[in-house]
Amino acid sequence: MLHIHPSRRAVLKGGGALIVSFSLAGADAFAQGAAAKSVALTDVDAFLAIDPKGVVTVYSGKVDLGTGVTTALRQIVADELDVPLAKVDLVQGDTALTPDQGITWGSLTIQSGGMQLRQAAATARNALLDEAAKRLNAGKAELVVEDGLIRAKTGKAKVSYAELIGGKNFALKLDEKAPVKNPSDFKLVGKPVPRVDIPDKMTGRFTYMQDFRVPGMLHGRVVRPPAIGATLQSVDEGSVKDIPGVVQVVREGNFLGVAAESEWAAIKAARQIKATWSSWDGLPDQSKLWEHVRGTKVVKDEPTSNVGDTAAAMAQGAKKLAATYDFAIHTHGSIGPSCAVAEFKDGKLTAWSASQATHMLRKQLAQMFGLPPENVRAVYLEGSGCYGRNGHEDAVGDAALLAKATGRPVRVQWMRADEHGWDPKGPPTLIDLRAALDASGSVTAWESEFFIPQAAGGFAVPLVAASLAGMPHDTVIAPGNIFNNSAIPYKFANIKTVCHRLETTPFRPSWIRTPGRMQNTYANECFMDELAAAANADALEFRLKYLNDKRGIELLDRLAALAKWEKRPSPQKASGNVVKGRGISYVKYELVRTYVGAVAEVEVDRASGQIRVTRFYVAHDCGQIINPDGLRNQIDGNVLQTVSRTLKEEVTFDRSKVTSVDWESYPILTFPEMPEIVVELIDRPTEKPWGAGEPTASIVPSAISNAVFDATGVRLRSIPYTPKKVKAALA
Amino acid sequence: MAQSVKLNVNGKPVAVKADDRDMPLLYALRDGLHLHGPRFGCGLGQCGACTVHIDGKAVRSCITPLSKLTANQKIVTLEGLGTPEKPHPVQKAFIDAQAAQCGYCINGMIMESAAFLARNKKPTDAEIKQALANNLCRCGTHVRIVDAVKRAARTA
Repeated sequence: MLHIHPSRRAVLKGGGALIVSFSLAGADAFAQGAAAKSVALTDVDAFLAIDPKGVVTVYSGKVDLGTGVTTALRQIVADELDVPLAKVDLVQGDTALTPDQGITWGSLTIQSGGMQLRQAAATARNALLDEAAKRLNAGKAELVVEDGLIRAKTGKAKVSYAELIGGKNFALKLDEKAPVKNPSDFKLVGKPVPRVDIPDKMTGRFTYMQDFRVPGMLHGRVVRPPAIGATLQSVDEGSVKDIPGVVQVVREGNFLGVAAESEWAAIKAARQIKATWSSWDGLPDQSKLWEHVRGTKVVKDEPTSNVGDTAAAMAQGAKKLAATYDFAIHTHGSIGPSCAVAEFKDGKLTAWSASQATHMLRKQLAQMFGLPPENVRAVYLEGSGCYGRNGHEDAVGDAALLAKATGRPVRVQWMRADEHGWDPKGPPTLIDLRAALDASGSVTAWESEFFIPQAAGGFAVPLVAASLAGMPHDTVIAPGNIFNNSAIPYKFANIKTVCHRLETTPFRPSWIRTPGRMQNTYANECFMDELAAAANADALEFRLKYLNDKRGIELLDRLAALAKWEKRPSPQKASGNVVKGRGISYVKYELVRTYVGAVAEVEVDRASGQIRVTRFYVAHDCGQIINPDGLRNQIDGNVLQTVSRTLKEEVTFDRSKVTSVDWESYPILTFPEMPEIVVELIDRPTEKPWGAGEPTASIVPSAISNAVFDATGVRLRSIPYTPKKVKAALA
Repeated sequence: MAQSVKLNVNGKPVAVKADDRDMPLLYALRDGLHLHGPRFGCGLGQCGACTVHIDGKAVRSCITPLSKLTANQKIVTLEGLGTPEKPHPVQKAFIDAQAAQCGYCINGMIMESAAFLARNKKPTDAEIKQALANNLCRCGTHVRIVDAVKRAARTA
């Protein structure tokens, strides 16, 4: 039943237009009754509105981090409602307007967020059809919808969505049982629809977070301690007096920042200001990082799988293997440093940022400034890709603190060294594995131990400004769900996998693309390759022997055909200075969703220790594909970024601070080093859509590692595979 | 003292207020002229996100001080290259190839490629990769970016 109410508020009229207008003008974000819009996950109005012109506005709590989902989510809704894509607008990540669909992470935007939108659209469509049936005096089953116009198959009378609901609330509960479209009727889902944002982004018309300005705004820059735990002892405010435009030096505990009328004045002041800090050298010695990790107090043991009796099986094994793998500390490395604008007005705080979690950020800001959450509004604007929880939220804390102190809106953009030095890091990961084979080369036992930081207390990574200033915040260690994929997809008789949760980790941790799943799968899939080699078996056949999952088996078969996989054991006996190899890897993401398999082809220069990844084959099954072109783009990105992380990346530090604070000291993959990428998508339109933002990345390091073994006969077990390490291993 | 610095940007003479002629061009373009194309990435000339053309050459605006520029030099930004309605052939090729993920680095990719293709009409893949060797992309859009530059070379 559709309850059509007269328009309660203007907010639904303009939909996205309203937001654009105040976003760009920077006017009072709390005005115009925006609070009246439902953001309840149970309400259709939380997700959708249709204006008098028939324009559909989608309100998405999940945001586009550069993955193209604003187009894919539009495709889902447009298809479900039978409206053209051009008539669908989208508002993302605004705490006043969009429902809290959770953090945009974990490859869940389509799988979870998109399916909530699909159900909201199906509920709306169902109700609109009920109403249309009455108006047209026709049976509901007789009705068809084209471009937002409803008519009976036989009659000529039509009624539009705009006429039925335009500008009014649906006032409907989201109906989990509302019938969704049959996949065979999809017009947009499954098609390579071009991204709606790309033309503006290619021509400088798009407004990124970093481009956003509000009237009367100051520019802020932060002055971070020269040692992470240093105490601010004194500040010479006079040291920046000669810079025209400097408005205020802001000191709050160990937080130091400057605000100026111009961006360049703020940058100069932050560089020039004289401050004295205490010394601090609380970081471990990097050359002994893995001893440090192993020696860190374990606060909890979390078994992630336990089958049979591994101890007994290990004791009886004909052949036993043990190996230790480690994976370096990584930074997110966003190309555009984190940026935010914050404004206090009438005791209320509005924060614009590229945060992947505006609803959570709102709570953190409320806590930090002692405000009720309803007096904080966090608005998402697309920024530089973040690949997890980078510094975007921290820049908000900085901007808000400076805005509070100066009484004016403040924009903060981090400098490059702030981003590399102070974004939360992907924690160092250490993994021990053991296994036993029987006399025939079959695996009888698998044991693994993962040394990873604890994750108690939620996902609100503490804001740097709150920590430095000593303002209220939860002191949690929040590395994300890094236990995932510690258990394995293979059916051995005896398996025991345990995560040792560590009390501390050297740097404030957070999640970076494929958190935990990358490190854990790396160790698992390399060790699986070690077992295959020990059994003198082909690495692909060896995996298939222990899989009883139909989709997984089909995927690996298709991968083998794609990569023209030659069945033989590794290593091959190659000679010469530059040797070639191939390696395979497989994952069922989190053991419950997306299947990916990859074959890497590499060349190893024995003299220089240089590894070149020449080609990557990927077979990918994420169920129903929404946009195959967007999906391919994501898979390419997963491969390229992870080749970079595998071969080159490592945060370096001394006892006081991060020392890899630019692109020279933290190099990433460049164009001359890029591999060719060959992708096969397995589309399953009648299955659920699963995520694709991360799964491929999880198997890249192991595929490379296994290929290097195939080429050289040497097993690399420490990421990154720098020429220095490779040379040492080959020596 | 605030000075007025005369520049020629996207075909028009403009005056930008600056307290300091050591200020890099990037801030004059973004904060003074409200252009969005050139972007701050590193401020060190390492990543390329800030690239503009000066007299047809790709230049890193984040390390180019205003004091080094004259009013006669022709500065062109991504906006001056083309618009969504009338894109430059390189912009059109990037749109056709859907060569972006977050798109933050793409200003540099397009500006660098446009300057490169103007002097090398029929580049090899290796030459394209070498031309972009000092432009960083974190999302991993490299395959499509190279594809876009090849498309642009074919259609130019």
